[in-house]
Amino acid sequence: MSVAWPTISLTVNGHACAVAAPPLKRLLDVLREDLRLTGTKEGCGEGECGSCSVRMNGELVNSCLVPVLQAEGAHIQTVEELASSGILHPIQQAFLDCGGAQCGICTPGMLMAAAELLERHPHPTLAEIREGLAGNLCRCTGFLRIFASVLAAAAQAPDPEPDPEPDPEPDPEPGKAPHAR
Amino acid sequence: MSTRTTTRIVGASVPRKEGLDKLLGRARYVDDIERPGMWFGTTVRSTIPRGLIRSIRFDPRVDWSDVTVVTAADIPGDNHIQLIVADQPCLADGAVNHCDEAILLLAHPDRHKLRQAAVAVNIEYDSLPAIFTIEQSERQDQVIWGADNLFKSFVLEKGNVDAVWETAAHIVEGEYRTGAQEHLYIENNGIIAEWSAESGVTVWGSLQCPYYVHKTLVKIFALPDQKVRVVQTETGGAFGGKEDYPSTLASHAALLAMKCGHPVKMVYDRMEDLAATTKRHPSRTRHRTALDNDGKLLAMEIELATDGGAYATLSSTVLSRATLHAPGPYSCPNVRIRSRSWATNMVPYGAFRGFGAPQAIFALERHMDEIATALGLDPVELRRKNFLHDGDTTATEQRMREPVIMDKLLDRALRESRYYERRARFARRNPGSAVKRGIGIAAFYHGSGFTGSGERILNSLAGMDVTPQGKVRVLVSNTEFGQGTNTVLTQIAAEALGIDYDDIAMAAPDTGLVPNSGPTVASRTVMVVGRLIERAGLQLLSLLRRHAGLGAEFSRAQFFAACERYRAAKGEVVSLVRYEAPPGIFWDDEKYHGEAYPAYAWSVHLAQVAVDTLTFSAEVEEYWAVQEVGKVLNPVLATGQIEGGIAQGIGFALYEKVVLENGHMANNQMTNYIIPTAEDVPPIHVFFEEISFRHGGYGAKGLGELPHDGPAPAIVNAIKDATGISVHSIPLLPEDLFVLLAAQPSVEEQAAL
Repeated sequence: MSVAWPTISLTVNGHACAVAAPPLKRLLDVLREDLRLTGTKEGCGEGECGSCSVRMNGELVNSCLVPVLQAEGAHIQTVEELASSGILHPIQQAFLDCGGAQCGICTPGMLMAAAELLERHPHPTLAEIREGLAGNLCRCTGFLRIFASVLAAAAQAPDPEPDPEPDPEPDPEPGKAPHAR
Repeated sequence: MSTRTTTRIVGASVPRKEGLDKLLGRARYVDDIERPGMWFGTTVRSTIPRGLIRSIRFDPRVDWSDVTVVTAADIPGDNHIQLIVADQPCLADGAVNHCDEAILLLAHPDRHKLRQAAVAVNIEYDSLPAIFTIEQSERQDQVIWGADNLFKSFVLEKGNVDAVWETAAHIVEGEYRTGAQEHLYIENNGIIAEWSAESGVTVWGSLQCPYYVHKTLVKIFALPDQKVRVVQTETGGAFGGKEDYPSTLASHAALLAMKCGHPVKMVYDRMEDLAATTKRHPSRTRHRTALDNDGKLLAMEIELATDGGAYATLSSTVLSRATLHAPGPYSCPNVRIRSRSWATNMVPYGAFRGFGAPQAIFALERHMDEIATALGLDPVELRRKNFLHDGDTTATEQRMREPVIMDKLLDRALRESRYYERRARFARRNPGSAVKRGIGIAAFYHGSGFTGSGERILNSLAGMDVTPQGKVRVLVSNTEFGQGTNTVLTQIAAEALGIDYDDIAMAAPDTGLVPNSGPTVASRTVMVVGRLIERAGLQLLSLLRRHAGLGAEFSRAQFFAACERYRAAKGEVVSLVRYEAPPGIFWDDEKYHGEAYPAYAWSVHLAQVAVDTLTFSAEVEEYWAVQEVGKVLNPVLATGQIEGGIAQGIGFALYEKVVLENGHMANNQMTNYIIPTAEDVPPIHVFFEEISFRHGGYGAKGLGELPHDGPAPAIVNAIKDATGISVHSIPLLPEDLFVLLAAQPSVEEQAAL
């Protein structure tokens, strides 16, 4: 079989890549098979579990739902890029310190979701953390060590500028869990 | 009591041993691995629950010349999976007994072609009538297994139950049911297999018990032990779901590898994993309980039944643990338990965290609340009146020789949660609110390690060696799948040897390299295998002192120098030790009498729930878990185990429903099999009371399964506290709650009557 597939150009973890692949091939498979970046995991193949979460032009996406064609010209970031020059990203260090990873299979996706969350909300409330990670399933931790990790990483960030707009969502009362269901 | 008083590394929250690899995305799970020339494999499965295979046809529109096909006829040895009873075929041979049973295997280098080929296999059946429930199996609507559908039964007797009923002040009866539950590890089952005439079979995969897989492969291929090698790869969650199933999948991949002459990778997708692999046994438990006027237990008669699915697999041992946990942490002079596991035409049920205990404890702890209501007692005080204490005997007449501190655990839970304040507040506020709040309790134990004589039969061997490169390697077949095996066994080795955490490595979990230290199940790893590592470490020090001049006090450099002197004099630097049962243990497997477990972990859970009577949703708002698990060797990991187990237990109670249609899981997707998300877990307050257990690794008992035992009854008891409604069956989804709430007058209406 020698079908000449179109070449798709994208930037992955800062490196320009050209991949000859069927246009509907999942970005997840291009990362794992064509580029050998196996840090990104498949959990469900239908966008429910978030294990395959990567950043596409800064936005968090489920790479199992993205046809590679859609990533033409995009900047993709995966877990392999989180640590730079041998120094862990604060969220990675926090996961290590707080027990945020157990079996580790959801961890790459969870880290990408948490890093994205921390960029949007450098000092997130518990409600914002729950909402921000709701698309990433973990079966081991019950999430609480992950929440603690995000809070610990946020504590490393510089103090927030005074908020120009008040947060419309008040913090939950202590000991009271917010629920979206 | 233990004489070990201070420790350096044990008891500290050192970082997870393999944590960095997991955080950098470089941990290698099976699907991340490729072998040269590797092909892919897939499975063609039964679409009916029971019948005879009339014909298998291959659609001629597919070119089959380059597709490898394996059937039962290709199996060189015994076509059975080797568990307790070898009744389950590796590949169906002429007949199928459940949906999604493997019939035929295919391999091809191209996954796209493989998918086309798989749907081009047409199988015709002569259908036979199938049975799907415990009741159908009991009635023998069809006999599908053995003479009577019965996989296993136990009878356990203490005292004389029959003498009590006539004179008892109170008799309370109830029936309770639990549903199937899927493990939903995020990494699906997967295996890579290679075969060669010279070296035999090698498999790498996501699995809990390398020697279980080894045992099956040896029989399937009729090979000597040394020609089968099983290596565990990084494993993305298991929870019991990778205890027995990998033996089947490894056999499949290896059969394809043998026939096609290439390494073969088989990694299930989520739908296949959900449809075809094991789940928690559904259960039905009936209680009849006699009490005196003060609420003291006089007699407990318990009838417990589980649905085992189509083959025996682990159902007998799951039933055993259910039986031994059915009477709970209470003292009762007269107990009779009859338990049975039944065959149905369902996918075989298997091991799942708790292993029968969560089912039995749901029934008992719900029943205790029903008793409290019937007698007009506070559910907390009813339990307190009946708790086991030091010196009491259990239903198997095991005398409690270690301290039992249920009262203390209960007091701590009540204090930390401000239980009575909360109850009073809810009682005040509920009548005016559509959202009803309540708080519920569950009290329970979980036996650590194999049941009865199990650990003596396992006869585990474990230890360590020292490489010429100056690294200590822990040699165990116990595996890491998130619980922290690597970390805690490393801590134990470092503690025993008096060297650093970073000087210790875990040897690869490879049957070609490590001894059989037993399966990674039954909350046994830290307590039983940890103790072996502790002893092996102390033995190594004594060898080095005797033969290599190691001093009483030594530096890291002196330790490794002594190892090299030992190597020069004696050869390999290795220390292995075998399991030794704690003294004075007696167990009668026939009568189910004696020391059922070497140790018990004890716990009290409290759950606060809010039931919305308009939307019929029940939410867990806050949770308290107090436990005594021996010495806590790594507080962060231990807390993570408790929290994760509780989250899974919340799912068992409120979210996770396996919908079965004609014996096939109809909701075999993450879209519609719902597990708790980051939005669903409440704050969980975890407290440990530590009592060092002298026969456990540095004083530890088992804790991994314990937290799954409590949430379902605590939550459902809280729902009763909130709404007055007695729920006898889980899972309890909003639609189930709707039916129950609609059928019963509200608390206000009841009050008005």
